[in-house]
Amino acid sequence: MSVSKYWREIPHRYRLEAGKCKQCGKIYFPGRLICPECGGREFDTIQLKREGKLLTYTIIHVGPSRFADQVPYVVGIVELQDGVRLLCQVADCDLDRLQIGLPVKIEFRRISEEGEAGIIHYGYKCVPV
Amino acid sequence: MSRDVAIIGIGMSKWGELWDRSLRDIFVEAALAAIDDAGVDKIDSLYIGNMTAGLFTGQEHLAALLADYLGVAPIPATRVESACASGGLAVKMGYLEVALGMSEVVLVGGVEKMTDVGTDQATYALATAADQDYEVYHGITFPGLYAMMARLHMEKYGTTREQLAQVAVKNHYHGSMNPVAQYPQRITVEQVLNSVMIADPLRILDCSPITDGAAALILCPLELAKKISRKPPVKIIGIGHATDSIALHSRDDLTTLKATERAAQQAYRMAGIKPSDLDLAEVHDCFTIAEICVIEALGLVEKGQGGPATAAGMTTLGGKIPVNTSGGLKSKGHPVGATGVAQVVEIVTQLRGEAGPRQVANARLGLTQNMGGSGGSTLIHIMEVAS
Repeated sequence: MSVSKYWREIPHRYRLEAGKCKQCGKIYFPGRLICPECGGREFDTIQLKREGKLLTYTIIHVGPSRFADQVPYVVGIVELQDGVRLLCQVADCDLDRLQIGLPVKIEFRRISEEGEAGIIHYGYKCVPV
Repeated sequence: MSRDVAIIGIGMSKWGELWDRSLRDIFVEAALAAIDDAGVDKIDSLYIGNMTAGLFTGQEHLAALLADYLGVAPIPATRVESACASGGLAVKMGYLEVALGMSEVVLVGGVEKMTDVGTDQATYALATAADQDYEVYHGITFPGLYAMMARLHMEKYGTTREQLAQVAVKNHYHGSMNPVAQYPQRITVEQVLNSVMIADPLRILDCSPITDGAAALILCPLELAKKISRKPPVKIIGIGHATDSIALHSRDDLTTLKATERAAQQAYRMAGIKPSDLDLAEVHDCFTIAEICVIEALGLVEKGQGGPATAAGMTTLGGKIPVNTSGGLKSKGHPVGATGVAQVVEIVTQLRGEAGPRQVANARLGLTQNMGGSGGSTLIHIMEVAS
């Protein structure tokens, strides 16, 4: 991943910054330039709520090479308390605790690293509350 | 301004792991088969469906290359992309060119050469159909995205692990009667349930394979088809095309394929038919759960009833609405850009009555559904035997 791409994604990957439509109030993560709901073009920058629940999940047994050393690992779709949904890994969770509806919170974690002294990718994962 | 369009030629290359053949070879093999089948001596324009030859083989600028190797340059040639629905999109574009009177005879091809790279690079190439920054970044894979749909479908509607397996069992049964199928072996529910876990709850026998292959069609105006076609012309009577967010998590209902629902409504309206009028359908069973969600979105079964309907044999050859008589992506193979074109090849074969042991009795009306990624784009075509 190029340094410029990594750098410009830091606000939402590190700080969960999202865009809230000034016209209809819908929240987008990541932020957008136009609201598909109402066509609004002005947004406030807000921080997402960190608590939510697991909507669905899978346990990846065969992963991409960058994640090969992490298998088996859990990926889920989380609905945060402000209604925003995102996809992330579920960390620090025994597999037999996993279930739809599990209360989780978002934490800042290492996601993956590029080989041959490439950059380390950080971002958000969720953990059971 | 618009005129009726018919399919008068179909062709397929060999499908499988074709280490001795190049992308251009397999495309030309399918295209020549379609040209010979139609008995035409010239074509006016070429459309190619291809997802990502650049990542699979390093080759872009595909349309001109393939026109050259087919020996038809300097005709116009266009390559279109909509991930795994690239083939379906090529069919639509070819249809439009004929319908609008810009060309008389158009060749529509689909091709993907996937085994020139290792499994790792192939997985990377396929994953470009998902949201790179907000899905793939976190380590999700395509089996993983469909596995999350499957888990929710099971929770919401009571769909069982066995019912998912029944989709694979049925499609391999159909594929066992298709000479071009990559994996024509019949399989059992037990084999599916004991196969290697890929993304829980989906196992390797829930997944379509990596395939090299090409398919091609010859399209022309219906009036011309009636004069020159040696076989019953098949008329395209309905087209649907719709999109949805490519990120699964951005959808309101993770088990509803909204683009497929929307495209189906368009296609049914254009054709003036309802789902129960169909004699057969070829749908995008990239994973077993996909076929269940698709037959629900097409209105072939009630929402949530895809699993029980499959287990009851409703979609098996001889059932109320046979689905994927070709073996589907699961057994026939899934060279991504070729799939949408090959689905049309199967429907034309059936409507002509040339499907041999897998023939659907009195097939008059068929549908294809081809989708990109986890459902971010969908193309639907409805065809009938021209009277």
